[in-house]
Amino acid sequence: MALAKRIIPCLDVENGRVVKGVKFLDIRDAGDPVEVAKRYDEQGADEITFLDITATHEGRDTMVHTVEKMASQVFIPLTVGGGIRTCEDIRTMLNAGADKVSINSAAVKNPDFVREAAERFGSQCIVVAIDAKKVSQPGEPDKWEIFTHGGRKPTGLDAVEWAKKMVELGAGEILLTSMDQDGVKSGYDIGVTRAISEAVHVPVIASGGVGNLDHLVEGCIEGKADAVLAASIFHFNEYSIPQAKEYMRERGIEVRL
Amino acid sequence: MSSIAVIDYGMGNLHSVAKALEHVQPGVEVRVTADPEQVRTADRVLLPGVGAIRDCMAEIRRLGVDAEVREAIASGKPFLGICVGYQALMQFSEENNGVDCLGEFEGRVNFFGDDLKDADGERLKVPHMGWNQVYQTQDHPLWANIEDGSRFYFVHSYYVKAQQNDLVAATCNYGVDFDVAIARDNVFAVQFHPEKSQKVGLQLLQNFLNWNGQP
Repeated sequence: MALAKRIIPCLDVENGRVVKGVKFLDIRDAGDPVEVAKRYDEQGADEITFLDITATHEGRDTMVHTVEKMASQVFIPLTVGGGIRTCEDIRTMLNAGADKVSINSAAVKNPDFVREAAERFGSQCIVVAIDAKKVSQPGEPDKWEIFTHGGRKPTGLDAVEWAKKMVELGAGEILLTSMDQDGVKSGYDIGVTRAISEAVHVPVIASGGVGNLDHLVEGCIEGKADAVLAASIFHFNEYSIPQAKEYMRERGIEVRL
Repeated sequence: MSSIAVIDYGMGNLHSVAKALEHVQPGVEVRVTADPEQVRTADRVLLPGVGAIRDCMAEIRRLGVDAEVREAIASGKPFLGICVGYQALMQFSEENNGVDCLGEFEGRVNFFGDDLKDADGERLKVPHMGWNQVYQTQDHPLWANIEDGSRFYFVHSYYVKAQQNDLVAATCNYGVDFDVAIARDNVFAVQFHPEKSQKVGLQLLQNFLNWNGQP
């Protein structure tokens, strides 16, 4: 037997409320991230990710309270991402009870921030989030580039090289979102997932574009991802976590049941 | 009500472990502290730890936590080590170019290596991060109501190889077989994070809070 592939539901949180909508039949208030996280925990989620999309300072304080509340009720690993720009931000989230923080645009702006963070807090709690989009034309060798600002701003950085650099600087895990797939529900970009997973020695979480359970299976088997992250397929009760795990197990993937 | 000292030597977040203890035994007095008196007078002692062993050992020595640990172990009160708090009980770790540890147990802490592979030759990622199966190798009160082979949450790049095989309480496999729990008299220590291992982890913490320190 071996290490289980992890299934990670992701919640977008704004001002302490889940956005993008979550519809659990048996939760009256699906907007409370702690209630939703508890439900996922009961279903057997292996980790939870909160993505803070709040823009204001007040909203940030709310997020800290949300993390504190979640950490005193849900005893599985919690990653918090969104707006992590300084070591102080990291310290605040870890003290509130987060196990890992995910750094995205701050790493693009200043790669050395990743080194500083890993040296200070340990690589085990530093996740670097990468948004990659395919830029090669059909017929050309595959090439993926890092984009910021929700996929609007190209950076000129090669995604695979960037992932390697982040790991060298101390990233303990890579959260890879394949942008061209995100939200269109056609599955992960298997090419870039596999290329990055094979290029780095740390775990890679595949994210973006999950529309059905086969996509989770592809991410693990063809994409060689160590964990699969999904939002809407779980939020809207299209599939439950136990269903997803059973489906993966039947296809030879080790999961925690 | 009973009390437990969670030794705080500044390495990592102790919020989760404190909350998990309060969750399994509401009313338990959790002292997150490095104060020798607070540790000495607690009914139980927990040594946590995350991060690099060199920094951990440096703080353990600077704050006198080494003496507190020795005293707690000698006192016979239930003692639990978690993650780096488990590794620190060994003699030596090869992390950070080699660091001497507390030497409460004979054994070493080794690196998983850069080209770790499973039995099929597939490359394994380091750190060992996620849920892996824990195989109990002896009966112990801390395993009560925990099924053999249960999955616990791990995150580490270095693993323990104990020398005294009869003290090993559980093993795990990740490219290599290694020791993930050790037990002697009133001491129990684990590599995984019970405070992050959902039901089975909370059960282990509950077992610890119910334990009288007798094997």
